Amino acid sequence: MSEEVERTFEIINHTADVGIIAYGANIKQAFANAALALFSLITEPKDIEERLQRDLEITAEDEPALLVEWLNELIYLFDVEYILFNRFEIDSLTKTQLKARCYGEKIRPQWHKLKTGVKAATYHMLKIDKNGGGYKIRVIFDI
Amino acid sequence: MSQWEKKLNKIDDYRWEIPKDYKPGMRVPGLIYASEAMLKSILEEQSLEQVANVAFLPGIVQHSLAMPDIHSGYGFPIGGVAATTVKDGVISPGGVGYDINCGVRLLRTNLTEEEVRPKIKELINELFTNVPSGLGSEGKIRITERELDKVMIKGARWAIEHGFGFSEDLEVTEEEGCLDGANPEKISTKAKKRGIPQLGTLGSGNHFLEVQVVSEIYERDIAKVMGIDQVGQVLVLIHTGSRGFGHQVCSDHLRIMEVVVQKKYGISLPDRELACVPINSEEGKDYLAAMACAANYAWTNRQCITHWTRESFVKIMGKSLSELGMKQIYDVAHNIAKMEKYSVNDKDLTLCVHRKGATRAFPAGHKDIPQRYKRVGQPVLIPGDMGRCSYIATGTDKAMRESFGSTCHGAGRAQSRTAARRSLRGAEVARELESRGITVKTGSISSLAEEASQAYKDVTDVVEVAHQAGISRKVAMAVPIGVIKG
Repeated sequence: MSEEVERTFEIINHTADVGIIAYGANIKQAFANAALALFSLITEPKDIEERLQRDLEITAEDEPALLVEWLNELIYLFDVEYILFNRFEIDSLTKTQLKARCYGEKIRPQWHKLKTGVKAATYHMLKIDKNGGGYKIRVIFDI
Repeated sequence: MSQWEKKLNKIDDYRWEIPKDYKPGMRVPGLIYASEAMLKSILEEQSLEQVANVAFLPGIVQHSLAMPDIHSGYGFPIGGVAATTVKDGVISPGGVGYDINCGVRLLRTNLTEEEVRPKIKELINELFTNVPSGLGSEGKIRITERELDKVMIKGARWAIEHGFGFSEDLEVTEEEGCLDGANPEKISTKAKKRGIPQLGTLGSGNHFLEVQVVSEIYERDIAKVMGIDQVGQVLVLIHTGSRGFGHQVCSDHLRIMEVVVQKKYGISLPDRELACVPINSEEGKDYLAAMACAANYAWTNRQCITHWTRESFVKIMGKSLSELGMKQIYDVAHNIAKMEKYSVNDKDLTLCVHRKGATRAFPAGHKDIPQRYKRVGQPVLIPGDMGRCSYIATGTDKAMRESFGSTCHGAGRAQSRTAARRSLRGAEVARELESRGITVKTGSISSLAEEASQAYKDVTDVVEVAHQAGISRKVAMAVPIGVIKG
């Protein structure tokens, strides 16, 4: 197995903000891991229980925009409905459209330790790379 | 360093130029305000490349500017200023930033350090309870969508009409707390949904509320006009912006511009985050109308927080507001685009001045500053990190000639958040501050490390460069004795 299959994500440095690198054997897995990495910035994913499900459908003009919109939709749901997600099943993914089932729960203030408030996914240094072993995604977040 | 060393032209001890031929596509040269020592740390990251990239924007005049607190942002550097002609230039949401009208507000008091010190813990606890802050926290204000529309149109005046403060606060707020041209029809449902629960909240990250003590006065007469009378006097500094509302507005409009920038307007840019459209285009007008809504939301936000700050002081200090003398000194935006008039090469031009992490610094006599400050110039508020100090300065004529009436906005990060977290622990940072007489209260002790002094440049160096370069003039310095962090 290649390293991209074994690894899920890592957090990277950026002066004012914070970034992630997500890996996946296929593009769906890389998009799902990017979402997981996002919630790992906000809280400890292991503390999130699967108590609700949200089905999302995202469209955008190209793949990088789709990635940004996907993550921004999750940030929006956190900001407005206080939902933390920790599992993502991506049913279909093209360059311009994504359909996913997302599992998680609403914040329980006494239970979840909140770390960083993430406000937006950006195009800054955004990268979606394919190599022999799979996919590697880089995103910088505004926090 | 070496790569840039050959390419930068040193103009004087505080000014460096990126020549226009640094890369093809630059329409104007770059101009960086920095000392030689600061330049070294600036060169360690890619922010100068971003200064060069901003010079690609159609209609940019004179220079792509970088204030001494410059650090790497998205598209635009933080600490970047760019002026484009309204006639044939562009507007770029990246030149404003995600947190539209993030800014600072400074309040004065008649109190002295000796009076406040014994009650500082109580005061900070009260402020922490009274001013909603932190991640996932809801505000105390319950508004409907219709009411939110009014916030967008009226700005800080909405808060005054609802009992949060006084109309004299408006007189000493940039734009009197309301930018013209706001149109709620240009705001997405998503932005409204993010905006409703967060009105009247401090937020998280680098936002804060600080109780400070004046530690030095450099210009006694000017300070006096601002209501800063003596060393030891207590001030309050509030730093927050338009919360999730502004972020959504920025994301929404970046997305729109992304699609049309090349296809419809044929503009080629070196970075996607610089997406822009002509100011006079439909998309440009829509963004400006939406940006004004977010700017007005931010002024309302700071106005509400001002009210709860006053309430907390009255309760803990056991004095009336008039005894406390809690008047507002000023409120400035440091993420915004404004239409302003300048003389460039002897031509009078209306320019769209993008300030991304930069403060307006208008001089004495300027028509757009309040009567009270006509003689001394607009107050410029420059917060440092929570362990060091903050500055109060004023605008200068030189800023009008050289930096489109702009100066620095803060310390500027030197270390990334993750690096700060690795090297420091929040609890240690709190203890260290406590040992130096600074009481800290935060919703997230772990994120305190990200905001530690070590993670920032020293604001004193930043302000000194701006002062020596002549784009702002130091008036006073204040140090924190109590801090609330979201």
